[in-house]
Amino acid sequence: MTALLSVTALDAFYGDFQALFGINLELGEGEAVAVIGANGAGKSTLLKSLAGLVRNRPDAVRLAGRQIGDGPAASIVRLGLALVPEGRQLFPSLTVEENLLIGAFGGERTSPWNLASVYQMFPVLQERRRSSVTVLSGGQQQMVAIGRALMSNPSVLLCDEISLGLAPIIVEDIYRMLPRIRDNGTGIVVVEQDIARALRSTDRFYCLQEGRVTLTGRAADASHDAIHAAYFGT
Amino acid sequence: MIGLDSVIEGVLLGGVYALFALGLSLIFGIMRLVNLAHGDLILLAAYLALSVTTTLNIPLAVATLLIVAVMFVAGYALQRLVLERVLGDDILPPLLVTFGLSIVIQNGLLLAYGADSRRLQAGAFESSSVTLADGLNVGLAPLAALLTAIAAVALLQLIFYRTALGRAFRATADNPQIAQLMGINERSVYAIAVGMSVAVSVIAAITFGIRANFDPSIGPARLLYAFEAVIIGGLGSLWGTLAGGIVLGLAQTIGARVNPEWQILTGHLAFLVVLMVRPRGLFPSRRP
Repeated sequence: MTALLSVTALDAFYGDFQALFGINLELGEGEAVAVIGANGAGKSTLLKSLAGLVRNRPDAVRLAGRQIGDGPAASIVRLGLALVPEGRQLFPSLTVEENLLIGAFGGERTSPWNLASVYQMFPVLQERRRSSVTVLSGGQQQMVAIGRALMSNPSVLLCDEISLGLAPIIVEDIYRMLPRIRDNGTGIVVVEQDIARALRSTDRFYCLQEGRVTLTGRAADASHDAIHAAYFGT
Repeated sequence: MIGLDSVIEGVLLGGVYALFALGLSLIFGIMRLVNLAHGDLILLAAYLALSVTTTLNIPLAVATLLIVAVMFVAGYALQRLVLERVLGDDILPPLLVTFGLSIVIQNGLLLAYGADSRRLQAGAFESSSVTLADGLNVGLAPLAALLTAIAAVALLQLIFYRTALGRAFRATADNPQIAQLMGINERSVYAIAVGMSVAVSVIAAITFGIRANFDPSIGPARLLYAFEAVIIGGLGSLWGTLAGGIVLGLAQTIGARVNPEWQILTGHLAFLVVLMVRPRGLFPSRRP
């Protein structure tokens, strides 16, 4: 079986600075994996490389067998890989509904995710559909960011720090939606600071330290000591 | 005494200035690009209209549609082939490139058409008038210019706020990198914006060319009026640009009524007064 997403020996650079070294990662249909690691370990760079915001060798990233490592971001989302960026990054000039609609800009698929199904998952967004996104609460903004990414009906969804700056109860609400997204066969990569939170919602994990994968395994079997060692490198 | 007729005349003149300014406002709003060749592109369109109507002998209305299409393509190509290479964090290179383009167009027009002033022929249309009230006649051509300006703003507003293309424009203006994550090709969005900007300028060129003489050297002055209209109205607001054009037209007409030598001066004074009282213009966009 070919993996939905496979990353092979990915090296990522910002100019002369190498941020990632030989990363290997696989994601299956409907699977969720966590990428954990300290600040500056390269988690966000990894997601940016997958989404095409950082360019790489064509064969470093394959989506359903197709090489996308060097693709521009605008084409990659059309091929079925969507990113929920860190810090939400909504468009302040657009209303809630327009932010959702722009997520479907490049897509031809309109199911399972469309305005109706996103509103069904996050009813509060329907009530506020004509509001500017700047007046929403942090949790509501995160819902818009996730809904916006889902509107392209991705086969792979990347979530960068979706719990950042949110109250724990709101974080739980948002994580509760992940199984529903996976039910449609969408694979999810979660980057998260909160290790316990990430491991509870995923099948497998990858631990990054200084741009390298230092530990990988099943989330349920993860031992505290092994993660501690892989995380801090001690 | 400044009568109702000079107010109406000023508002109508403002329609032309608003048309000059719309294209400038459009690309500034989307790309933060100040196009110093905007006035010369308007003149280029006016000369194209002159050539097409006189040599091919087709009616002005048909010629307008043709030139709108041609200039849209020219604007698109201008962005993809030239401006795209210099757009970046530094605002100076695009300014210099459009400044250079302005000189190239001026001299190109001078070579091709000479320095004589010309005028577009619109037949009976240019001299006919409509009666609004007893003893109050309004020229059909200036009235058409104002109505065209209103229609152009309404159409652009519709595109901006009711279509997927408009959402892509606004999203790209907010954050070009995140817009790419939505599948928006930033380069083609910018090229379409420049194409639209130049296409709108064609309408400005035709309405202007019917009511006034033009020669290859007057582009920069049109650019100045356009700039003033955009700033008076508030950056990033299309209705504001229309209002800015009207304020400028009113100031010039009223100034000319007091003393004919003051026409240009009072326009610039009105601009300065607005800058002092409302530095962000009359209707600044709400964007944070």
